[in-house]
Amino acid sequence: MDYENAKKILEVKHLKQYFNVGKADEVRAVDDISFDIYKGETFGLVGESGSGKTTTGRAIIHLYEPTSGEILFDGKNVDNFTSKEERHEFHQDMQMIFQDPYASLNPRMKVKDIVAEGIDINHLAKDDADRTNQVETLLETVGLNKDHSSRYPHEFSGGQRQRIGIARALAVHPKFVIADEPISALDVSIQAQVVNLMKKLQREQDLTYLFIAHDLSMVKYISDRIGVMHYGRMLEIADADEIYAHPLHDYTKSLLSAVPVPDPEFERTRQEIHYDAKNENDGKERHLVEISPHHYVRAADDEIAMYKQRAHEASLIKD
Amino acid sequence: MDNEKDILEVRNLQVNFKTYAGDVKAIRNVNFDLRKGETLAIVGESGSGKSVTTRTIMGLNASNARITSGSIMYKGQDLLKKSEKEMQAIRGQDIAEIFQDPMTSLDPTMRIGRQIAEPLMVHKGMKKEKALKQALEMMKLVGITDAENRMNDYPHQFSGGMRQRIVIAIALINYPEVLIADEPTTALDVTIQAQILNLMKELQDKISTSIIFITHDLGVVAGMADRVAVMYAGKIVEYGTVDEIFYNPKHPYTWGLLSSMPTLDTKGDELPSIPGTPPDLLDPPTGDAFAARNQYALKIDTEKEPPFFKVSDTHYAATWLLHPDAPKVTPPAQIVARQEKYATMQKDLLAQQQQHGPVEEEEEKQ
Repeated sequence: MDYENAKKILEVKHLKQYFNVGKADEVRAVDDISFDIYKGETFGLVGESGSGKTTTGRAIIHLYEPTSGEILFDGKNVDNFTSKEERHEFHQDMQMIFQDPYASLNPRMKVKDIVAEGIDINHLAKDDADRTNQVETLLETVGLNKDHSSRYPHEFSGGQRQRIGIARALAVHPKFVIADEPISALDVSIQAQVVNLMKKLQREQDLTYLFIAHDLSMVKYISDRIGVMHYGRMLEIADADEIYAHPLHDYTKSLLSAVPVPDPEFERTRQEIHYDAKNENDGKERHLVEISPHHYVRAADDEIAMYKQRAHEASLIKD
Repeated sequence: MDNEKDILEVRNLQVNFKTYAGDVKAIRNVNFDLRKGETLAIVGESGSGKSVTTRTIMGLNASNARITSGSIMYKGQDLLKKSEKEMQAIRGQDIAEIFQDPMTSLDPTMRIGRQIAEPLMVHKGMKKEKALKQALEMMKLVGITDAENRMNDYPHQFSGGMRQRIVIAIALINYPEVLIADEPTTALDVTIQAQILNLMKELQDKISTSIIFITHDLGVVAGMADRVAVMYAGKIVEYGTVDEIFYNPKHPYTWGLLSSMPTLDTKGDELPSIPGTPPDLLDPPTGDAFAARNQYALKIDTEKEPPFFKVSDTHYAATWLLHPDAPKVTPPAQIVARQEKYATMQKDLLAQQQQHGPVEEEEEKQ
């Protein structure tokens, strides 16, 4: 990751997303997280279910009204656009690919209408011929046939449906795509196809991805940087290779130690590391601290020295 | 093949599903054995017939399924010839299943202590109090904390991982001879998955159940299985011990599966992927069903179905590439690396045996 020339496309500052605020069952789904995403990179967000990774993605695309905090996209606060035009532009620039290709496509619409919905809403086509042309180009970009455009979603396999979902997201020429578990519902051999497609499109169209997933090996493969979430908090952020080779936070270590590896020899000798989440709730004030260059860990003031020591042992810090 | 150690023998199994479009040939001549105390993993894509195979063993196929040939021998009896009533006596008693989705496989209106105790009351005619007492023991065994108080809770009061423990408790309460686990951890997070898998291994040691483990996650297979069968388009295309399948795979489909899964060390711009999609089993292709997606396909693959070629006593693969006259091909780079690792492992093992004698091996078998 080249931090020198990197330009921030998204800044999340102290985002809090609570549900049922003030009631007995208040849920702090996202609890004060901050991170940046640079233009052209893939930022992977990992964590267990209930860690708040999906809520974070949905808050960024403004499906929720944040409880507090700021989300800046291209320097503008997505929470208070002054004009309709600004809001329209934002919704074009940021698109989403959903997890379940079976539930996210309207079964009663033809593929061409699903893909063209964004084109219609944003008046991106001059006439019918242009619309058809755009849809066909999009379908070919994602590896489908233009003859597919007059079919219905049920006529497609899971992998093909996910391609339709990707074509729909790309129809409005976004700059930033949030992919929420885009491959979790697909077979192993098809997962690789879809990931390759996403990487190809990123190169060709200069896209920035927020890739949300719980499959850690796939996230590492596709991401430039990775953030680890747990109980609504961001515990560690670092370059993908670094966080996997030298995790500093105990939770990250535990998460990585649980990943099954397709290697029987490795599995026979695998040591799992257990993590006790109680340590996090001892009442100490914690926030993300840059322990080594561009490697952030959520730490209390008296823990910084310990993490520095760990980073030192992993030779992430040079004297 | 009539091995005393075999607890389940599946022979020439063929299952069709009648649909409005014609007969879907879901299982096309499947043979395998399950030995006592082992874990056999069946891997393959969705639609390859893994779940249909196990549902046929359980006698739980949908009403449009037709078993056109084959036999499933369990303790000298053919399960396919049993009546529904006889099967009911076997299910949950001799052969039990852990289902994929812990969210939907429990009864939401029944307290979980009762649900775990139910198989005892049904199969053994046990009185409720005694059954509940045993259920409590089982809850402790599968690691449900505060079991005494939680017995009277309903499924929705538990997390996904805890619910899967309950499903396991129900499946194991009668100490079944055969346990079928159909993607038991697919719906769970990795940390919870690790716990559940460890639990299954631990319990297998305790009650020496044989497990048929169905999954598409090769990482899980590597950790759980003794032997592996790879299925594609309704057939087993390769089977062998876990080391043979992971370090010395012979079928191009196994190569594709192994290399399309990124490990934590995978780098590069493009992930090797298997192109295309599985064939339509309404009208299975002649010859090798994988030929259309196989970059190593030979001409004969589209004409004649490959038989099983023997690689070792325990390892067989159905690919023409193993025929003595077949051209030599170089498998994908990742597979070559795996084979090299295997070669060194074998050498180390041999050297070790010469030093210490085969003592360690025997210990493992027990």
